[in-house]
Amino acid sequence: MQSFASEFNQAISLILNGDAELWAIVLLSLRVSVFAVLISAVIGMPVGAALAVARFPGRRALIILMNALMGLPPVVVGLLVYLMLSRSGPLGVLELLYTPTAMIIAQVVLVTPIMAALTRQVVEMLAEEYSEQLRSLGVSRLASVPVLLWDARLALVTALLAGFGRAIAEVGAVIIVGGNINHVTRVMTTTIALETSKGNLAMALALGVILIGLAVAVNAMVSALTLRAEREGLRHA
Amino acid sequence: MRDVVTGAPGILDVSGLSIARNGKALLDVPHLCLDGPGPTLILGPNGAGKSLLLRCLHGLIQPDRGRVCQNGAVLNARHKARQAMVFQSPVLLRRSVAANLDFVLKRRSMPRAERKHRIESLLDEGGLGGKARQPARSLSGGEAQRLAILRALALDPETLFLDEPTSALDPSATQMIERMILRASERGVRIVMVTHDIGQARRLASDIVMMQAGRVVEHGKAMQVLEAPESDESRRYLAGGLVT
Repeated sequence: MQSFASEFNQAISLILNGDAELWAIVLLSLRVSVFAVLISAVIGMPVGAALAVARFPGRRALIILMNALMGLPPVVVGLLVYLMLSRSGPLGVLELLYTPTAMIIAQVVLVTPIMAALTRQVVEMLAEEYSEQLRSLGVSRLASVPVLLWDARLALVTALLAGFGRAIAEVGAVIIVGGNINHVTRVMTTTIALETSKGNLAMALALGVILIGLAVAVNAMVSALTLRAEREGLRHA
Repeated sequence: MRDVVTGAPGILDVSGLSIARNGKALLDVPHLCLDGPGPTLILGPNGAGKSLLLRCLHGLIQPDRGRVCQNGAVLNARHKARQAMVFQSPVLLRRSVAANLDFVLKRRSMPRAERKHRIESLLDEGGLGGKARQPARSLSGGEAQRLAILRALALDPETLFLDEPTSALDPSATQMIERMILRASERGVRIVMVTHDIGQARRLASDIVMMQAGRVVEHGKAMQVLEAPESDESRRYLAGGLVT
């Protein structure tokens, strides 16, 4: 117990003293996950919105597939991205394996279905409400996509934060495609796993505290946005 | 009773219009011509097909059979661009009051400076002058419906359809909306409005379409339909009796 308290104190001092190695890992984690979430949003949100408003054969099957992809096992994604990026893989020529870019790609694969599915859900609800009015105003289905995305913006920021939560806490895929190389691809989650196995609990705990802090901050932002949405009548009925 | 107003915008002509679902006729209108000089009010009990007819006239619903013509030509995209509709529950964009109006003005490709000026004048017209920056969804029921009407008028429509726009409003809010409708009619906008309120029909209508069970049972000058209805259904409805 005393040892845990001592490790915890060391962890806190690592955070407060601005330990360079620790903060470099935190910054790399943030850089990778923020990029991944932004790319996922650029791909997933229009796809989700288009699925919400378009009507075509096989749409229902596509929605089921997209929902199923939300639960993709990260290690499987890691393996698939690894195979794609490995020297003998189709994208091997790009030499991206064991780089932060490879980790971003893996997180994009994991987060994009979440972004698309949540967007589809939010936009479909809104489209139902707006449908007649937009048609009356002469707005076509295709032209309604940016209107709906903009009007669902607060709910979509919540989706963005949910995607970020998934990305930043991910370990299985990034350890496979990143390799957990010191100062290159070592992020918070992979460092926690490594340092724990080495018995360096202070560093693992410090990163754990920051990770939990980030999770709390993300949830607080979601909660604040929801509150604002309710106050301004921007929430969906 | 309202006097006949000026202006005779796009004439709406319906022929052989029918919609049926599961073998039941929801709408069956062999002929109807809306060419009166002022507001046309469509009256009738729930399920009479009033809203369905309105949506057909606006092209939101395609009938199983029949056609809607405007000024003698089958309703097309050009006609629809000069029509606007206000729904029973106002559907406002999750944006500011001014942005709701700006949305339709932008669609009309109006230059920014002109849009700003037009928004100000529209908001003044609807008594929403001080609320331009307020989120539209935080408006009261009456204000929200006034904004919905202003947004429809921002399209500069030839025809304005209104589906029970005051059914959920108090008398004061209703009065403000009725004034807006009358002003629009006086400017030459053809008004076609669904209502349950016989008093409202008395205040606004130039002519009245009385519907029941998907059929038009009577269409004529408001004074004539209200004071000397020809059909039994109209008489029962106006007498406040149960119409089935």
